[in-house]
Amino acid sequence: MAEIAASSWSLDENDYRRILEHMNALLQESSARCALLVDRAGQLLANAGEQISFDPTAFASLTAADFSANDQLAKMIGEPEFASLFHQGEKESMYLADVARRVILVVLFDQRTTVGMVRLKVKQTVIELAKVFDEMFKRAPAPGADRKGVLEGAEDEIDKLFGA
Amino acid sequence: MSMINYASREINCKLVYYGPGLGGKTTNLEHVYQKVSPDARGKMVSLATETERTLFFDFLPVDLGTIRGFKTRFHLYTVPGQVYYNASRKLILKGVDGVVFVADSQIERMEANIESMQNLYDNMAQYGYDLTKIPFLIQYNKRDLPNAAPIKDLQAALNPGWPVEDPAKQKELPDPYHAGERLIQLVDDQWVERVPYLESVAITGEGVFDTLKAVAKLVLKTLS
Repeated sequence: MAEIAASSWSLDENDYRRILEHMNALLQESSARCALLVDRAGQLLANAGEQISFDPTAFASLTAADFSANDQLAKMIGEPEFASLFHQGEKESMYLADVARRVILVVLFDQRTTVGMVRLKVKQTVIELAKVFDEMFKRAPAPGADRKGVLEGAEDEIDKLFGA
Repeated sequence: MSMINYASREINCKLVYYGPGLGGKTTNLEHVYQKVSPDARGKMVSLATETERTLFFDFLPVDLGTIRGFKTRFHLYTVPGQVYYNASRKLILKGVDGVVFVADSQIERMEANIESMQNLYDNMAQYGYDLTKIPFLIQYNKRDLPNAAPIKDLQAALNPGWPVEDPAKQKELPDPYHAGERLIQLVDDQWVERVPYLESVAITGEGVFDTLKAVAKLVLKTLS
């Protein structure tokens, strides 16, 4: 049956704290610089580690596009997906890993560590994050269900903001 | 897939501008970028060819205000309009919350509009999304050109409507953007629903914000 649209989902303070804990643990164990978590639609969910000097929102949208494009390339060569991607730079590199087919974990690292170490540590973090996201999505209402939203009863406010 | 972030008090939604090549999708985003205060928008990203044709997408995040203490952040995307970029065009629709179809009003672009609209329905269906149920509107662009087709012809070709099966919805619904017109009405004993449409001249900015506000409002209402 066709879905009405992609259903909405929410991230509460407790989810956010748990996600950050896992990301910070990963950074500490892998000596990577920073980590970002991006959903498949390109929205930035969280970032941890060193302060980043680029625009994180633009980075998130490009990450999702990169991952989606590679997913299609995987299918073309007969693979169901590429669960992880590695982009190697001269000084800075990035490692991207799928989490529960819902979000993408991006880790930026430099010569202080190695791709092998990052890959090893990311593997464990992906398992931990997948548990958090499975719980979050289970909590989200099923598509087509009565989705009483966060803005329930706010029609007047919406009209006021955008003109009736 | 709208994402409600209670930790940062933000509602994030994804809007996609779809339509035939050279119809004005990127121009819509460029106008929004130029007119919105820098505090309320992020960086605009364009993945384009050397001749400034969209290769993958344009992206622009904008804040459209606060409701119930939540910042409403809209991520605006365009798709490449050219027919042969369908593989990348389809990717952009993933997780979309609202769609604007930017039609090129010029008579000679009618076929291209129809082909692109069909392609939109096909790509949405492949994700399992039902375009008759999600926030969707049509922007008839380039209304200033002498060879612009009459709205009536464009509506007949691109927005003929679909039958309303739900008895609860079988009643006249006024079109909020055009006095005297209706979004749901009886046509030859059959209740028919059409999507809202707006007219624009994106290059001068006319109708650009009206379109953005209209689709943003439809998206937020799905959360209310």
